[in-house]
Amino acid sequence: MIEVSDLYKSFDQNHVLKGVNLKVDDGKSMVIIGASGQGKSVILKCLLGLSKPNSGKVLLNGIDPNSAQKNIIRSKVGMLFQGGALFDSLPIWQNVAFRYLHGKQKINADEAKKIAIEKLERVGLKKSFADNFPSELSGGMQKRVALARAIATQPEIIFFDEPTTGLDPIMAQVINDLIRELVVELGVTAVTITHDIQSVRSIADEVSLLHNGIIQWSGILDQLDKSNNEYLKQFIAGSTIGPIETLR
Amino acid sequence: MIGFIAQTGRLFIRLCSFIGELIVFCFRVFANILTPPFFMRAFFSSLLQIGWLSLPVVGITSFFTGAALALQIYAGGARFNAEEVVPSIVAIGMVRELGPVLGGLMVAARVASSIAAEIGTMKVTEQIDALSTLSTDPIKYLVVPRLVAAFLTVPVLVGVGDSIGILGGYVVGVTRLEFNNSIYIINSVNYLEFWDILSGLIKGAVFGCIIALMGCFFGMRCEKGARGVGQATKSAVVSASVLILAANYFLTEIFFSS
Repeated sequence: MIEVSDLYKSFDQNHVLKGVNLKVDDGKSMVIIGASGQGKSVILKCLLGLSKPNSGKVLLNGIDPNSAQKNIIRSKVGMLFQGGALFDSLPIWQNVAFRYLHGKQKINADEAKKIAIEKLERVGLKKSFADNFPSELSGGMQKRVALARAIATQPEIIFFDEPTTGLDPIMAQVINDLIRELVVELGVTAVTITHDIQSVRSIADEVSLLHNGIIQWSGILDQLDKSNNEYLKQFIAGSTIGPIETLR
Repeated sequence: MIGFIAQTGRLFIRLCSFIGELIVFCFRVFANILTPPFFMRAFFSSLLQIGWLSLPVVGITSFFTGAALALQIYAGGARFNAEEVVPSIVAIGMVRELGPVLGGLMVAARVASSIAAEIGTMKVTEQIDALSTLSTDPIKYLVVPRLVAAFLTVPVLVGVGDSIGILGGYVVGVTRLEFNNSIYIINSVNYLEFWDILSGLIKGAVFGCIIALMGCFFGMRCEKGARGVGQATKSAVVSASVLILAANYFLTEIFFSS
């Protein structure tokens, strides 16, 4: 379970998060939507323990990711970064099996490669790509590799940061479907941040809209189109008229 | 007037904050050197990148420096009939000063820039965040192997550079300045003391630490975008070069002032 309560985060005088509250039950997929620059990625960084909140509480399966126990929880978390964040200097299979090659989960390299190939095949990549380097793959393939790395160690929680950014609509849908399949198949708790409504409809069990540093609306996917929340209606319609200010 | 004081104050605070950040970074790095896990593959890769691949640039620089030094000492020595000091001054000058300093500066230009650009790009493309989420400390994985590799390889590069520099002086001495082959070698060796060589190698080890630390520090605090990576690279090379020259003075003061 993921719990966020009264989360505040500022950068100098820029107050990005002003009391965010979220709760994601085990096995559920929460998608956080919101306009660019509203702090969606900051929430994710706080959830991962990469950025320390000014105040408030973040708990992943009961453990604070900013505490001394952060490595315990990180070993149970998978993360898909917006740009993939694959290590350029390592071949694909070493990227996927990184945890199995270093640190506490270290195993024999041959065994690690076997697992990496299994995971690559699970996300639709052929075995022959295992020895390539990330720069030799297309954007969509890199996303798949990043996805394979995120699921490599059977995580309990997975975070997805803008999983379809930079992909064509067809490849974006392939990635959305793959994420949904994996979330259901692995039974993980997932948090996705995106501003792509198509991703929301494909991935989410629950949706939250972040604007002005707080959650303006939260509900299950079925309520998305029925809600009268002005922020949500404007966001879904992609309208320039409404409470979400736009620069023209 | 108030504006000027405010501006000065802001600059001073930024300077203090920068120095504090650097001290904390160095402390974190040195605290991580002796504790596992050790990333041996990253270490050997750094040995290759910093040591082996820097050999050509250090060798060529040293050769021409030794050769030019021989010409200069010969021309200067001729003013008071002391041309015969060329071999010994070239040897002492290379191992005590020019070998370590020029070697250090060449490695700083090649290695500090490459480390800062590589780590800076990793920072900008979230690869460093990815390392953290994969339960791997970026300091242990990226900084420690480079620091240890630079600490070990730069003295070796300095030693090789010293030898090639002396060879450069020898080639010019024998072919252009008409020195006797064996007398040149005997004079080069006879006046050279063990401490001359060792002090140069110690300087090399210190310069190696400076190069790796500056490259990693500026890479790790790189700001977003191509401009951020460029700025990090420039800052790493400039600060490593300046610190090498400053450290060289203080080490010389410590080693030879008495």
